[in-house]
Amino acid sequence: MPRYFLKRLGAAIPTLFIIVTLSFFLTRLAPGGPFDEQRALPPEIMANLQSAYGLDQPVWVQYGRYLRALSHGDFGPSFRYKDFTVSELIAQGLPVTLELGSIAMALALAIGIPLGTLAALHRHSATDYLAVSLAVLGIAIPSFVVLPLLGLIFGIALHWLPVAGWEPGSIRYLILPVVALTLPPLAYIARLTRGGMLETLGSPFIRTALAKGLPLRTVIGRHALRPALVPVAGYLAPAVASIMTGSLVVESIAGLPGVGRYLVQGALNRDYTLVLGMVILYSSVLIGMGLVVDLLHAWLDPRVGFAR
Amino acid sequence: MSATLWGGAAARLRANSAARAAIWVLAILVTLALAAPALNPNSVETLDWSRVAYAPGWSHAHWFGTDRLGRDLFVRTFEGARTSMAVGLVAGAVSLSLGLGFGAVAGYLGGRTDYLMMRIIEILSGLPLVFFVIFLTVIIGRNSYVLYASVVAVGWLTMARIVRGQTLSIRRREFIEAAVAGGASPVRIIWKHVVPNVLGPVAVYATLMVPQIILFESFLSFLGLGTQEPHASLGTLIAEGAGEMEAAPWILLAPGIFLALLLVSLNVLGDGLRDAFDVREPG
Repeated sequence: MPRYFLKRLGAAIPTLFIIVTLSFFLTRLAPGGPFDEQRALPPEIMANLQSAYGLDQPVWVQYGRYLRALSHGDFGPSFRYKDFTVSELIAQGLPVTLELGSIAMALALAIGIPLGTLAALHRHSATDYLAVSLAVLGIAIPSFVVLPLLGLIFGIALHWLPVAGWEPGSIRYLILPVVALTLPPLAYIARLTRGGMLETLGSPFIRTALAKGLPLRTVIGRHALRPALVPVAGYLAPAVASIMTGSLVVESIAGLPGVGRYLVQGALNRDYTLVLGMVILYSSVLIGMGLVVDLLHAWLDPRVGFAR
Repeated sequence: MSATLWGGAAARLRANSAARAAIWVLAILVTLALAAPALNPNSVETLDWSRVAYAPGWSHAHWFGTDRLGRDLFVRTFEGARTSMAVGLVAGAVSLSLGLGFGAVAGYLGGRTDYLMMRIIEILSGLPLVFFVIFLTVIIGRNSYVLYASVVAVGWLTMARIVRGQTLSIRRREFIEAAVAGGASPVRIIWKHVVPNVLGPVAVYATLMVPQIILFESFLSFLGLGTQEPHASLGTLIAEGAGEMEAAPWILLAPGIFLALLLVSLNVLGDGLRDAFDVREPG
C-alpha cells in the first residue's frame, strides 16, 4: 500500500509540473501582451509597464522567476485587477468555492449511497424507479440548466429563495447553487451504488451470510457495502472534476464570489496571469483529490494496491 | 457481425419503452430544429425595435417572445438547437474517427506501441482538459475552429479507449488469423477486418458521446467562450436567459427545456442501445 501510494505520487508530481510548464509557455506564446487592448501608450510608459511585470526579460528567466515565486505560493500580479495579486484573489475566493464544493460532495455521497442501496434492495419498487429516473435526469441535465430553472421556480415564481447573491454566513443564498451542483454527482453515485449493490447481493458470500441467519442490516453494512462501493470510489475523482467545472457556471449564475468566477472573468478579460494561476490551482486540487481517491479505492478494494 | 446480433439487438431495443420514447422525442426535436424556423416570418438577426423583451404570445409573430435586442426567440431557439446539434454531430464524427483509428492501431499492434499509445491517452485524460480548453480559447481567441478542436480534444480520448478494448477482444479471433496467414498487411487488416467488427459497440458509445459533446459545447458557449454573437447556440441562449431571469423569464425557458429534453433523450437512447447490444465498458 505505501509503495502504491508513492507510485501514484510519483506520477502526480511530473503531471503537475507538465501542466505548469505547458500553461506558462502557452501564455507567453499568446499573440499580443496584456496591455494591448488599452489605448495606445507612449513607448516609455509601455517599457516601464513591461519591466514592472518582468515581461522585458527573456522567457526562460521569466519561467524561472515564475517557478521560484510559485514555490512560495506566489502566483504573480493580476494583469487586470491592478491592485491585487493572483494569490490575493485566490485567498478571497477559495473559501467560498471550497464551502460550496464540499457541501455538494458530502450531500451527493450522503444521499446517493443510501438511495442507490435502497433502490437495489427494493428492485422494481417506487424507490427504484425514483432513483433510476433521478439518475437519468441528473446525469443528462447540466448545472447551468438546472440552476436557472430552479431559480425561475423557487426564486421568481414562488419567492422562497434568492435567485442570486451572497451574504457571508447566510445559508439561503447557498441552497439553490448547492442543489444544482449536487445533482449530477448524486445521480452518478446513486446509479453506481445501485449497480454495485445488485452485483454484490448476487454473489455467494452474501448468500452465505444470509444463510447463517445474519440480519439483512448487518449483511449490508458489514459485508455488502464495501465491495459494492468500489465503482463509486472509482468515480470520486471525476465527481470532484464535475463539481469543480460545475462551480464555474454556478458561481457565475448565482453571483457567488468564488474562484470559479475569476477563471471565467480572467478568460474573458484575457488576464493571463489570473487564468494561469487558476488553471494551476484547479489542476493541483484535481490531482490531489485524485491521490486521495486512489487511496480510498485501494482501501475499499484491496486488489487494487497489489495489481502489477 | 452476424444478422442475428443486429436483429436481436433491434428486438431488445423495441422492447425497451424508455428507449422507444427517447427515439420519438429525438425525432420531434430534430424535426423542430430543422423545420420550425421556416414557419416563422422572423429571421435570426432581425431586430424588432417595437417589441424589445416582449413576452410570448400568439397575437404577434413572436411566439416565444423576443430578447433584449428584439430578436425573435422562436427562431433563435431552433437555430441555436441546430448549431448545438451540428456541433454534436460533426465533432462527434471527428472524435469517433480519431478514436477509432488510434484505438484500433494500438489494440491491434499491441506490445510496446500499445503501451506507449495508451500512456499518451492516460496522460491526456489526467490533464484537466476543461481548464486547458478555457485557456486555449483565451490565447488563440474565440472562433468556431477553436471550439470544434476543443470539443474533439475532450471527446476522442474515451472513444480511443473503448475501441482499443474492443480490438483487443477480437484480435485473437480466427478471421484475423486467417487474414494474417493470407498475407494481408496490418493496414489492410485494421481497415478491412478490425474496424468493421468493432463498429457495433463503438456506435453505442458514440450515441452516449454525442450528448457529452453537445453538453460541452453549451458549457463553453454559456461561459461566453463558444459560439459567438450574432449566432446562437443553446448555451448562449441559456446564458442570456439566466442573466435576464427576473425581467424576462421566457428567454430562458425554451432553450433550457430544449437542451434538457435533447440531452435526456440522447442519454436514454444510448443506455437503451448499450443494454440491447449488451456491451460493457472495458476497465
